[in-house]
Amino acid sequence: MAHEIIMAGFGGQGVMAMGKILVEAAMEEGKNVSWLPSYGPEMRGGTANCSVIVSDEPIGAPIVTEATAAIVMNRPSLDKYESMVVPGGALLINSSLIDKKATREDIKVHYVPANDIAQELGTDKVANIVMLGAYIQASGAASADSIMNIITQMFAGKKATVIPLNKEALLRGAACIK
Amino acid sequence: MAKELWKGNEAVAEAAIKAGCRFFFGYPITPQNEIPEYMAMKMPQIDGCFLQAESEVAAINMVYGAAGAGARVMTSSSSPGISLKQEGITYIAGAELPCVIVNMVRGGPGLGSIQPAQSDYFQACKGGGHGDYRLIVLAPASVQEAVDLVQEAFDIADQYRNPVMILGDGMMGQMMEPVEFKEVKKRSLPEKTWATVGTKGKRKPNVVNSLYIDAADCHNHNVDLFKKYAEIEKNEVRVDTYNVENAEIVFVAYGTTARIVKNAINSLAKEGIKAGLIRPVTLWPYPYKAIEEAAEKASVKAFMSVEMSMGQMVEDVKLGANGKKPVYFYGKAGGAFPTPKGIAEEAKKILGGAK
Repeated sequence: MAHEIIMAGFGGQGVMAMGKILVEAAMEEGKNVSWLPSYGPEMRGGTANCSVIVSDEPIGAPIVTEATAAIVMNRPSLDKYESMVVPGGALLINSSLIDKKATREDIKVHYVPANDIAQELGTDKVANIVMLGAYIQASGAASADSIMNIITQMFAGKKATVIPLNKEALLRGAACIK
Repeated sequence: MAKELWKGNEAVAEAAIKAGCRFFFGYPITPQNEIPEYMAMKMPQIDGCFLQAESEVAAINMVYGAAGAGARVMTSSSSPGISLKQEGITYIAGAELPCVIVNMVRGGPGLGSIQPAQSDYFQACKGGGHGDYRLIVLAPASVQEAVDLVQEAFDIADQYRNPVMILGDGMMGQMMEPVEFKEVKKRSLPEKTWATVGTKGKRKPNVVNSLYIDAADCHNHNVDLFKKYAEIEKNEVRVDTYNVENAEIVFVAYGTTARIVKNAINSLAKEGIKAGLIRPVTLWPYPYKAIEEAAEKASVKAFMSVEMSMGQMVEDVKLGANGKKPVYFYGKAGGAFPTPKGIAEEAKKILGGAK
């Protein structure tokens, strides 16, 4: 099974970090992984994205052109990447910031109010983790426990107080997937 | 050692340090900036030297100096910066000094774009600077392979007293993959008796030079260089193949493009089309023999060179195939990349025509 994911949003929404956490977690589970950022002139103020692959098989191209899932955190990303999802794939839409609906009917669309949930938890900063929770629930690309292990390692020490907040964000995201 | 997630550029820098590189001279340019950044952080901790030069020209001449003194030394840049370094590179090749040069290629010509490309193939393999000289050019396809090759590149450079280029691309530099730093087999290397490290009054001074003002001397120097290059061609060719047995169409691709091609091969297989891949790991010396052997197979109908350029390596594929089978080209340039779908469609078109 290969998960080929496009994660996209405004610079600052944490899409790169979301991808890194996922590949770190999946690697600890023994899967093959790759992470490739966009690094073009669009990075400031515009749309940033990363190609993430999690696979049981060795990974070929690290660039995702036919995505099993697209995670879009803002409207320009929805416009750009909806068409890239393979039939039967998944599209996760940050419905807090995107009022448009998906047009495709041959894919599974999940509307996740990531920023609304993050604000309920106290900060917009965890909107990416809410989305990641939704994605792993929908795809099984990594377990919530593996993700939490990585987050715990990331925030070890002085910032350890934010670990429970991230866990709550991850679980609230997962709960969005019916 | 367990696998760790590393960004290509940072992994290349760490691999160089692990190989004993203690001198790094560079000048910033996207998409390879994490290499000097990592060196700037690490070198002072290990009594090494990181220096951001005032220009690429200065940086490569610092490499020339450190290499002349027998140090393990590296520089890195991306296409426009490597162009600026060409004068120094030909001097280093002419003076027969070992060093490692990393080029994380971006779109050209001119300032081009900052996205991945493979349009510096001619520059790396066919000259770049003036005069008859060769660089040993290594083209990794994964972060792990980049790490392994960088570690070995210093040994190869020392063995032959020749600059070695690691030819990556922006994708290789920017992507993250699991890496294991392994103990690379060390070559037994000759002592650097030629290094300019001071005579202590005990011997004649060593001279590092690329000037042979007498034409006959300069000719003889060229002949000697080419004896060395013949030795390298005999010993150092590396190539990786995938599904070439029974393939109807054989793709030839290197670096990250080879990985995109593998996806195309797997999707063609689902349609019952047999395709294979020859992936040169050394771009110079080039694995002509692997191409020639494939050209002689009855099953092979055609070759297709796939590149992130307008078609450069395709000329070497043609030399290898030597007219025995047709050679086609498919590529994207300037920072765009061929997709698995585009490659597969092109292959089907070719096979449709060839049948």
